[in-house]
Amino acid sequence: MMQFTCPHCGPRDQAEFIYERTVDAVVSLDAAPEDAMKTLFTRNNPRGVDEEIWRHTYGCRAWMVIARNRVTNEISATRAVGPEALP
Amino acid sequence: MINFSFDGKTYQAEKGDTLAAALLRNGIGLVGRSFKYHRPRGIMTAGVEEPNALVTIGDGGRSEPNTRATDVFVYEGLVAKSQNRWPNLSFDIGSVFGLAAPVLSAGFYYKTFFGSAKRWMIYEYFIRKAAGLGNAPTKADPDHFSQRGAFCDVLVVGAGPAGLSAALEAAEAGKRVILVEQDNILCASLIRDGHDRDGAWVEATQTRIRAAGGRILTRTTASGYWEHDLVTLTQRIAEPGQIPPHGVAQRLWHVRAGQVILATGSIERPMAFAHNDRPGVMLSQAVRTYVRRFGVVPGKRVVIATNNDDAYKTAYALKAAGAEVVAVLDARPAPAGADSGLPVYNNAVPLSTNGARHCLKSVTARVNGLTQSWDADLIAVSGGFTPVVHLHMQAGGTLDWNDTAQAFVPAASRQNVTTIGGAANPEPVFNVVPVSTPKKSFIDFQNDVTLSDVDLAWAEGYRSVEHLKRYTTLGMATDQGKLSNMAALGRLAEKQGVAIPEAGLTTFRPPYTPVTMGLLAGAGAKDAGAHVRRLALYDVHAAKNPIWQPLGYWFRPRTYPMGSETLAQAAMREAKAVRSNVGMTDVSTLAKFEVSGPDAAAFLEIICATTVGKLAVGRGRYTFMLREDGFVFDDGTVWRLDENRYLLTSSTGGADRMATHISYVRQYLCPHLRVSAINVQEHYAGIAVAGPQAKATLAALIGEEPPRHMSTVPAMIAGVPVIVLAASYSGERAFEIYVEASHAGPVWAVCEAAVAKQGGALYGLEAMEFLRIEKGHLVVGGEVDGRMTPHDLALDKMLNKAGGYVGASGLSRPALFETGRRQLVGLEAIEGNIPEGAMLVTGEGASPQGHVSAAAFRILEGGSIALGQLTDGFARHGEELIATSPTRGQMARVRVVAPHFYDTAGERYRD
Repeated sequence: MMQFTCPHCGPRDQAEFIYERTVDAVVSLDAAPEDAMKTLFTRNNPRGVDEEIWRHTYGCRAWMVIARNRVTNEISATRAVGPEALP
Repeated sequence: MINFSFDGKTYQAEKGDTLAAALLRNGIGLVGRSFKYHRPRGIMTAGVEEPNALVTIGDGGRSEPNTRATDVFVYEGLVAKSQNRWPNLSFDIGSVFGLAAPVLSAGFYYKTFFGSAKRWMIYEYFIRKAAGLGNAPTKADPDHFSQRGAFCDVLVVGAGPAGLSAALEAAEAGKRVILVEQDNILCASLIRDGHDRDGAWVEATQTRIRAAGGRILTRTTASGYWEHDLVTLTQRIAEPGQIPPHGVAQRLWHVRAGQVILATGSIERPMAFAHNDRPGVMLSQAVRTYVRRFGVVPGKRVVIATNNDDAYKTAYALKAAGAEVVAVLDARPAPAGADSGLPVYNNAVPLSTNGARHCLKSVTARVNGLTQSWDADLIAVSGGFTPVVHLHMQAGGTLDWNDTAQAFVPAASRQNVTTIGGAANPEPVFNVVPVSTPKKSFIDFQNDVTLSDVDLAWAEGYRSVEHLKRYTTLGMATDQGKLSNMAALGRLAEKQGVAIPEAGLTTFRPPYTPVTMGLLAGAGAKDAGAHVRRLALYDVHAAKNPIWQPLGYWFRPRTYPMGSETLAQAAMREAKAVRSNVGMTDVSTLAKFEVSGPDAAAFLEIICATTVGKLAVGRGRYTFMLREDGFVFDDGTVWRLDENRYLLTSSTGGADRMATHISYVRQYLCPHLRVSAINVQEHYAGIAVAGPQAKATLAALIGEEPPRHMSTVPAMIAGVPVIVLAASYSGERAFEIYVEASHAGPVWAVCEAAVAKQGGALYGLEAMEFLRIEKGHLVVGGEVDGRMTPHDLALDKMLNKAGGYVGASGLSRPALFETGRRQLVGLEAIEGNIPEGAMLVTGEGASPQGHVSAAAFRILEGGSIALGQLTDGFARHGEELIATSPTRGQMARVRVVAPHFYDTAGERYRD
């Protein structure tokens, strides 16, 4: 079980989080139909760092983006998302 | 003295004995029968690596099969039974006939797949009867298994001298330390080796570690090393089969460590020679442990076979204990202990053992090319040492080959882990190539794999170590090859003509030693596997003895039977009350979201595929939501309570995923919107009142004109503020009353009295199902099954033409509008009753063109009706089909009709 650092709560067990999808699998609301389908059905699966969306469901329930190396599970960055994280 | 029993006979043990030590103390050498060949087996080791002495401990639900006799400490009343023998241990039919040996060679299981299935069935039966270990308990375990988490700066695994010293250093440097030891004492190796550092040093060091705040856990195994330095510990609070003093038998720890120090030591290797599995063949350090730690001398005339210096310590220990060391067979060409006073033979390797009545009688060896024999009752074997690198490897580490030790040692790791002590620096050894008959030379004792099995696998073309492992089952027993893997690698390398490190390695997987299922389940065992959510009005319903039905996480009343009514009778009575008078039901579990803010309507038009913005305050409408790929996801209603405040409802079963979806859209896709979307599912309890008399009933309850269909008003019932929504799922004039859950009791009571005064009835989910099927209303999980688009469900006219909602892009795919799609239809029985779940066919033998998603009966007129999905169903109204359910042996002739069986004009729910 990995350990993530929630931007709001600090380091917590992976068991408190639920995985949503990778950032490149996000279908934006204004995506053209072909692009939306590409995003949904032909996604990258990099051997290395990928950006993943997780939610601290059993904690503060906030969403975040975690950059995780899929080979070593090293977490290189975590950033909060949502209205409060807007610049 | 402590009393225990083995195979029904009572024996005495000394305090601190393992079961293995106690059995040896009582002269019992034969402990079990082997997995495949039923060969007599004894005690080979003194640790968790024991492959042979597997017994079942305890009775009933507490019994634990395949427990290593070397890893259970005797307590008063311990009950142990031998395994895989019939009728008894010393006379076992399976071994007498020797039936297994010719059949069960390497790959036997795979070979049975060839040839006829009938033959395979015979093999399968035979193999299942003949091979095996202990039996799983059939009763529930009466004990508790707890789980807990912990954090530390330094976790030290293994409390030998190296681990204990490391723990002391860390603790006194102010670090939070946890030290774990699978044995019940620390530094057992010091006792075994008769080391200068005695018990007093161990005591003093423990005291200092504890004084510095360190935690020491004995009988605790670090069983798995996971990501980010999480280590799971399995702690034995009670011994196997023992009644736990405080109810808790074992504890599973999740320890997140800043740093992990592995001081796991090494495991001694056996040697491969013929009949090396006989009781009386024991590892050298195990012999020394029994002599020094337990005061049990396992043999009177002992041969020692070694390729290293360590085994000489065993010879001295035996001599000091009064045993005779008849030969030290040292594989090394040059004498190591010339002045040892021992009968040392160099260039000497064991060839075979001979025995009778399951005891060792003599040992034959090759000494300088000549064969020589000794009478002996014990052979102590040391084939070198295998560092315990399991946790290091589980952590994602790599290994280096240490040639002087002929062993793999820990190298780099991607986690914060270091290995110290014997596990990092194993004893130098001399490489011995086995010279004996491969057929009787066992390397995996627990799975009965011999050198000849490795040879056979090689001859049949298995080159990779991973293939070899699976083909021969080597290393796949409960000991996971702790004793066998290196021997197999050596043989494979020899066959390949390469050095051992080039032969490759198999994967080390958790757990290090077997873990009981109960421990993994922990408090989640039995009824606690999934949580149950209770309705706010649970007690009110329970007092009426309803038949309950699970729905999502909840249980809701299915019907409220009266007298001797069956479920179907009760549900039909309730449904008739709704159609002809008034009924009332609890709808609290519906998903509910309060969406507010200046951008609330804009947000809802993203979540919902229908228009929302045009709703006037106080009005509501039916809505549905799509997945990103354009398929219908859920449905419900949306209500404008105020200028910028909406209430959205959706299905009970999809409540959690809808809550996640709404949160994802709000937080990730639309962070810029000025909106808040709050899950108020359990904030409100809901009561539905439906039927021709519902309006009159409600008017009396709220003291004013009830809202017209698809309108909402705030009101007061029983002095409690409520929200009244006029919506109809049943097809009758109906209202949903939402009230803060904590105030639901008085509101329900007043409503129930009003309904009773009208002569109405309570109704449950079953009646609701009858009502909605007759009306053709959808159920998520039924008609809405994740494969239906709005068009397939005839909802497309409601789609927001402006688009912009989730799934709009997905829904624009041309393939979703081609012919041949399943479409929602109604079905009317011409003959027979329509079975739910039946497939729809044009005739016997034809391929299915759809299925029945829900079936019921017309409530007032009678007659079997159903909703279903049918290929191109919209264009097939009037066609006759067969609805058949072969699994239930039911079928009906049906006519395809529109999916509305009642009040098709929709006049009954309007004023």
